Amino acid sequence: MSRTQKNSLLFLIMLAMVAGVGIVQSWNVALTIFNLCLISAIMSLGVNIQWGYAGLFNAGVMGFAALGGLAAIIISSSPVAATWEAGGMRAILGLLAGLFAIVIGIFTWKKTVTLEKKRYWPTMVVAVAGYTLMRLIIDPAISTIEAIEPAKTGYLGGFNQPILLSWLVGGIFAAAAAWVVGKIALGLRSDYLAIATLGISEIIIYFLKNEDWLTRGVKNVTGLPRPVPYEIALQQTAWLQSWSDNFGLSIIETSSILVKLSYAGLFATVLVIILWLSETALRSPWGRMMRAIRDNEVAASAMGKNVTWRHLQVFVLGSAVIGMAGAMLTTLDGQFTPSSYQPLRFTFLIWVMVIVGGSGNNFGAVLGGFVIWFFWIEAEPIGLQLMDLITSGMDESSPLRAHLLENAAHMRLMTMGLILLLVLRFAPRGLIPEKKR
Amino acid sequence: MTDILNTLALIGNFIIVPGLAYGSQLALGALGITMVYGILRFSNFAHGETMSFGAMATILITWALQAQGVSFGVLPTALLALPFGILITIALCLFTDRLVYRYYRSQRAEPVTYLIVSVGVMFFLGGLIRFIIGPNDQIFSDGTRFIMKVQAFKEMTGLSEGLAIKTSQGVTIITAIVIVTLLFWFLNRTRTGKSMRAYSDNEDLALLSGINPERVVMIAWIITGTLAAVAGTLYGLDKSYKPFIFLQLLLPMFASAIVGGVGNPLGAIAGGFVIAFSELIVTFAYKKVLAYLLPLSMAPEGLMQLLSTDYKFAVSFLILVIVLLVKPTGIFSGKTL
Repeated sequence: MSRTQKNSLLFLIMLAMVAGVGIVQSWNVALTIFNLCLISAIMSLGVNIQWGYAGLFNAGVMGFAALGGLAAIIISSSPVAATWEAGGMRAILGLLAGLFAIVIGIFTWKKTVTLEKKRYWPTMVVAVAGYTLMRLIIDPAISTIEAIEPAKTGYLGGFNQPILLSWLVGGIFAAAAAWVVGKIALGLRSDYLAIATLGISEIIIYFLKNEDWLTRGVKNVTGLPRPVPYEIALQQTAWLQSWSDNFGLSIIETSSILVKLSYAGLFATVLVIILWLSETALRSPWGRMMRAIRDNEVAASAMGKNVTWRHLQVFVLGSAVIGMAGAMLTTLDGQFTPSSYQPLRFTFLIWVMVIVGGSGNNFGAVLGGFVIWFFWIEAEPIGLQLMDLITSGMDESSPLRAHLLENAAHMRLMTMGLILLLVLRFAPRGLIPEKKR
Repeated sequence: MTDILNTLALIGNFIIVPGLAYGSQLALGALGITMVYGILRFSNFAHGETMSFGAMATILITWALQAQGVSFGVLPTALLALPFGILITIALCLFTDRLVYRYYRSQRAEPVTYLIVSVGVMFFLGGLIRFIIGPNDQIFSDGTRFIMKVQAFKEMTGLSEGLAIKTSQGVTIITAIVIVTLLFWFLNRTRTGKSMRAYSDNEDLALLSGINPERVVMIAWIITGTLAAVAGTLYGLDKSYKPFIFLQLLLPMFASAIVGGVGNPLGAIAGGFVIAFSELIVTFAYKKVLAYLLPLSMAPEGLMQLLSTDYKFAVSFLILVIVLLVKPTGIFSGKTL
C-alpha cells in the first residue's frame, strides 16, 4: 500500500469514527465534535509550523488562542455608547501614552549604547515614568467605564464589524504578541522560549480576566454576532420545513444541523487554505531552508542564514495561525469566557495532537487534531462506561465506587499523558511521519 | 517614632513574613527544577505536578493519622505525615525515571525531547492526582493557627498596626532552612554530593573519573522527590491545596531558577526570594504606609498599588524577561547552552 493510500485510509477511518458517533449518539453531537476537530486541526497546524518546521517549543498556545478570542469581541460586539462617552477617549489616550512610553524607552535604550552598563538606569527611569503616566491617564477612565451598568455592559464594546473579520485580526494580535516574546526569548537557550511562552500565556489570561473595561473579565461577553443564520430564523423558512419532512428529522434538529454544517463549511475552507499555504511553504526554498536550520543550526548559520531572524519569522507565523483558530473558536461558541482557558486543554492538548499526528507533516498535524479531539471528547463517556463496568461487582453504596465514578472524568488527562508518552517512545514520528525529501 | 514603628509592623506583616514563607516555598521548588536541570539537563515541566503529588500523598497520610487520633500538638499533623509523603514521592520519581526518562538517556535525546516527555508525565500525573483526590480545595492544616496573633502583638507593643505570624509560615521557614542546610551539607561535604557536582559541571570528565552516572541520576531524583514533596506540602499548608495551582506555580519557580542561574542551587534559593519579594512589593498597597510617613495633608487617596494583586504572576514574568535581556545566565551565572 502506498503512502498516500495509507494516509487517506487513516483520514477515512477518522471520518468513519465521527460518522459512527452520528449514528450511535446523534448527528448533532457528531457535528459539534467535527467542528471542534476542524479548529483543533488549525491550531495544531500552527504549532506544527513552529515545532515541525523549526523545532521551537511554544508552551503558550493558550495565550495566543485567547488573543484571537479577544479580537472576536473587539471586532464584532456592538459599541457601548455610554461607556465610550464616559471614558472611551481617555482610555485610548492612556493606551497611546503607554505605547509612546515603550517607543521612548526603546529609543533611549538604542541611543545610550555608549553608556554601556549604565544605560539600564535611563531606560528604567523612562519606563517607570511612562508607566506612571499611563496609569494616571487610564485609571480614572477604567473606573468610570467599569462603573456604568456593570451587570449589563461596563465595557467599551467593539466595532460592530462582521465577526469573520476577527479571524484575520485575531491572527494579527497573536502575531504581535509572538513577535514581542520571540524578540526576548529566541536566540537564547532552547527551553527559555518554552518558559517565556508559558509565562506570557498566563499573563494574557490574567489580563483578559481582569481588564473588565475591555473584555468584561469573568463576567464574559455573550451573544456575539454570528457569521451564519440563527436556528430560529431557519425554522421559519418553508424550504427547511420541507427538508425536515424529507429527512424525517424534527425541524429543530434539522435547523441546528444545518447551522453546524455551515460553520463546518467555513472552518473547513480556512483549514484547506492554511493547509495549502503551509504545504506550499514547506515545499518552497523557504521550507528547505527552515528544515536545514532545524536540523543543523550551526551549519545553516555558517551558510549565511540568520537563524534567530528565521526563528522569529516562523514563530510569528505559527502564532498567527493559532490566533486565527482562537478567534474561530470564540465565533463558534458565540461568547468569550476568559476563565475557560486552561493550559492543559489549550496548550498541552494541542501538543499531544501535533506529536501524535506526526511533527513536521502538515497532514499529520491535521489528523492528530482530529484524532485527539475526538478521543478527548469521547474518552469521558467511554471512561465512565468502563468504570461502571469495572465497579459493577462492587456494592451500590460503596464509597469507593462512588469516588471512582465521580472522578472517572479525570481519566482523560491520564489517557492523554499516556498516549503522548507511548507515541514518543514507540512511534516518535507520529501517525503520518514527516516525508524524507 | 511610633509612625515609623507602625510602618515597620505593617511592612513586616504584609511583605516580610509572607515573603519569607512564599520565598522558601519557591526556593524549594526551584531547587528541584535546578537539580533536574543540573544532572539530567532538561527543564522539567512535570515538577509542579510532582510537588502536587507529594502534597497529595502527605494529605492522604495526614487524614489517616487524624483518623487514628494521632496529632502533633500545636504543630500541624502534616509534618508527621511528611516523611511518608517524601518516601512516596521519591518512589514516584524513581519509577518515572525507570519507566520513562531512562530510555531517552540511553538514546542521548535532545533537551527539548525530554521537555516534551516531561509534558506527558505532567499530563499523566495531573490526571492521576485529580483522579485520586479530586479537583477541589483540600484544607489539611491543624494545630494552632498562629504563632503570633495581631491582637497579641498590638497589646505587647502598643502599636496600632499588628503583626501576625501563622504557624504554617513559621513551619515553612524552619523546614526550608533545615532542608537547604542538609542539601548543601550533602552537596559540599559528602563524597556522593561532590561526585554529583562534578557530574553536573562536566559529564564526560566525571565519567572518566569513574563516577557511575546511573547512581548520580538516582540520587538526583531522590533529592528532587524530597524537595518536591516538602515544597508542595508547605505550600498546601500555607495557602490551601488545589491541584490546578501547581501548574501556575511552574512559572514563578522556573523564573526563580533562571533568575538565580539554572543548575546553580544557591542561585535557585536567591531567585526564589527575589521573585517572592518582588511579587509582594509590587502588588502591595502603599496607602497606609504613606499615610504614616507623610504629613496628614499629603495622605494619598488611592490604594497606591503599583500593580493589582491579580497580576502577581506577571511580576515573575517581568523579572524573568529583564534577566533574559540583561544577563541570560542569571545572577549566579548558571549554565547556558
